Amino acid sequence: MDPILLLEQALNGLQFGVTLFLIAAGLTLVFGIMDLVNLAHGSLVMVGAYFAATLIGWTGSFALGLLLALPATFAVGLVVEIVVLRTLYQRDHLDQVLATFGLILFFNELVRILWGPVSLYSGLPDYLSGHVEIIPGAPYPVFRLLIIAVGLGVAASLYLIVARTRLGMLIRAGASNREMASALGVDIRLLFTLVFALGATFAGLAGMMLGPLTSVEPGMGEPLLILAFVVIIIGGIGSIRGAFVASLLAGLLDTIGRVFLPLLLRAFLDHAAADTAGPALAQVLIYVLMAGVLIVRPQGLFPARGG
Amino acid sequence: MSRRQSLIALAVLALFALVPPVAGYLDQPYLSYFFTRIMIFAIAAVSLDLILGFGGMVSFGHAVYLGVGAYTVGILSHHGIDSGFVQFPLAVLTSGLAALVIGAISIRTSGVYFIMITLAFAQMLYFLGVSLEQYGGDDGMAINRSEFVEPIDFWDELQFYYVVLATLALFVYLCHRIVHSRFGMALQGTRSNLRRMEAIGFPTYRYRLAGFTIAGVMCGIAGALLANWSEFVSPAYMHWTRSGEIMIMVILGGIGTLVGPLLGAAGFLLLEEYLPDLMDLAVPGWGQHWMVLFGPVLILVVLFGRGGLYALLTGSRRQ
Amino acid sequence: MSGPALEIQGLYKSFGALRATDGLDLQVERGELHAVIGPNGAGKTTLIAQLSGELAPDAGRIRFEGRDITRMTAHRRSALGLARSFQITSVFMNFSALDNVALAVQAHDGHSFRFWGKARAERRLRQPALALLQRVGLAERAEVPAARLSHGEHRQLEIAMALATRPSLLLLDEPMAGMGPEESGRMVELLRELKAEHTVVLIEHDMDVVFELADRITVLVYGRAIATGSREEIRANAEVRQAYLGDEQAGG
Repeated sequence: MDPILLLEQALNGLQFGVTLFLIAAGLTLVFGIMDLVNLAHGSLVMVGAYFAATLIGWTGSFALGLLLALPATFAVGLVVEIVVLRTLYQRDHLDQVLATFGLILFFNELVRILWGPVSLYSGLPDYLSGHVEIIPGAPYPVFRLLIIAVGLGVAASLYLIVARTRLGMLIRAGASNREMASALGVDIRLLFTLVFALGATFAGLAGMMLGPLTSVEPGMGEPLLILAFVVIIIGGIGSIRGAFVASLLAGLLDTIGRVFLPLLLRAFLDHAAADTAGPALAQVLIYVLMAGVLIVRPQGLFPARGG
Repeated sequence: MSRRQSLIALAVLALFALVPPVAGYLDQPYLSYFFTRIMIFAIAAVSLDLILGFGGMVSFGHAVYLGVGAYTVGILSHHGIDSGFVQFPLAVLTSGLAALVIGAISIRTSGVYFIMITLAFAQMLYFLGVSLEQYGGDDGMAINRSEFVEPIDFWDELQFYYVVLATLALFVYLCHRIVHSRFGMALQGTRSNLRRMEAIGFPTYRYRLAGFTIAGVMCGIAGALLANWSEFVSPAYMHWTRSGEIMIMVILGGIGTLVGPLLGAAGFLLLEEYLPDLMDLAVPGWGQHWMVLFGPVLILVVLFGRGGLYALLTGSRRQ
Repeated sequence: MSGPALEIQGLYKSFGALRATDGLDLQVERGELHAVIGPNGAGKTTLIAQLSGELAPDAGRIRFEGRDITRMTAHRRSALGLARSFQITSVFMNFSALDNVALAVQAHDGHSFRFWGKARAERRLRQPALALLQRVGLAERAEVPAARLSHGEHRQLEIAMALATRPSLLLLDEPMAGMGPEESGRMVELLRELKAEHTVVLIEHDMDVVFELADRITVLVYGRAIATGSREEIRANAEVRQAYLGDEQAGG
């Protein structure tokens, strides 16, 4: 077992984990405060990725493109909340699931219409394409380090916002008891809209970070969405801290699993089969963890709701 | 089932029965083939309606049982076991077992957790299917149709059509009886007020699990039929969007009516098949983008059209 | 068979910093109607939830007819003969009144793994259900969907469903809540009848009703019993007066 390989994979896992966190954070807040199951959160990841790729192309600058894509995604989040989600808060979960599923279908197709079905090129500027020897003897991609930094930065600022500011207090109050918060005179509607749009922006940011690594294409958000739901269940609905811990766990499980499961399976299967089955089964691990958490501690690791 | 429900059910089934002769008259054999698919998904949708519309269990991973049933047939066929007498009972067993295990864990939860965990299980099995290289993995694999004894021949499209129709009719009838039995009453009670059910003395877990398993088995049989129809199995059968589509069929047709799912399956698949062509007539080249219309339509149906096609036909509203 | 019907020992339940039940001791004798009163926030609802099995206490013990039921599920307790009605109507809205009661009857008529016969046609279920509806005064409304019943009829239905499970102990959580004077009168008469056949634990705000029906009264304040006794004893108790009755007289 090569320790350098392990470290590299751990970093990859961290990178994937913080990306997941960006998605899960918005989801858990929306879910925790508004009790809304939003399947279309993955679409916002996609929207962010597309905006970034396009704006980077137009402006010619990676940084500028990203900076412009953020408010653009925020705007989309606002529109979605105001036009569609407001009618769903009072509905039961089934209605929410179906309606947001309809949103997914709509967004995926809209993206296909506007940008075509083929995945978009999303490249990196030179100053981000290099490697850095953060682990002696193993150059690690600069961009991935950037993602880790951004993710941790967002996590830290979210923590500060939630723990230290008035907005954060409102969010925490809303997450633990919506009726009470409303009764205390908090403008719930505005809070909801802001929280959702904020979550949408984070999701978009995740998409922007992922674009250069994977591919910007219709439907790119959905696999991440499901993973994000699993993460917030493990972490505890409404809990940012829980989402953070669970996201990192998921990231590490997935990445390390992908590398080591095939090695493990080679003891039972032939190389080719092990190498295909391995990554697929690695993705199963996180679901097994979720099932376990649900059996032992159904409220999640860090439940936000009281009682 | 009210009189009206029974009449509509019989009317729909009768219409289905007339499709092959009509198709023959119009010389459009594809029509029969297409309606077989509608009926297979109608079976899946009816099975979901049982637990969703009557049991209140929002199972967002129901397509998993399509996959389990299909793969049972597929894997056996791949290994040379083509006998339907072995494949179908085994499909019942595997899908029943899968439903039992998934249900046993999922039903410990409720609300959104339940939705998510059923979704997660579906993903698990989907990835499992993808990882099975020898059975086609992501690409799936072609298989033979099931073999039975002399007069029954699944390769005969006409025969196969009526076998599927008979199965659909049987399942609708069975669900009808189940829903109105003591068990059905208990199941409906759990949907209406789980807390009260426990308070009056029902150990709700076992009844919900039983309902969940029954629905899983029915859907598994639909999967076995699907594998036969397409002569192909693929993990795509279990993809969570497929589960979403089955749920759409139930809602579109009218949830909790047992007949609605038939209307919904027909409606959805007919839309999927012909709306693109219609759109191409209106705006050439746009047919492939039918989803951009269907998405918002679905949202509108969910928000304003509760009762679905069934309510449209009967002018009634669901409680 | 002697001994109290219900015995609560040292019951504790906290929600974060809030002590909803704070070392509660209570005994309910067989055949009596034991009223539990107290100001809002005294922990009455939490108590009922722990007695019926919806909420697990943090500490303490609950004994029903000598049997420790502290960790038992709600449906097990129902099977043993403990029934409750809900303060906020909790019936099956999409079923008719008769269906509602019949379902409660069904719960105690063996298992429900019967998939074939039509339940609505079973006399075994319908007859007792109809009889119960008659008892509570809802016989004419038997076929009406519960969603369309009036509030007072809902309260009546609650009682009928509790009775359908053939209990020995009835936990009634504010059965008169929101009822007008005429309906209340009828409910009081019903409760008087039930008193003769069952042990009853009655949570109620209406003092007139409490003093008319109760054999014994326990006063709950901040999660503990500050007094238990007969009507006269409670009326005379200065502490009780101060904590509770004083406010009641002022507010009516």
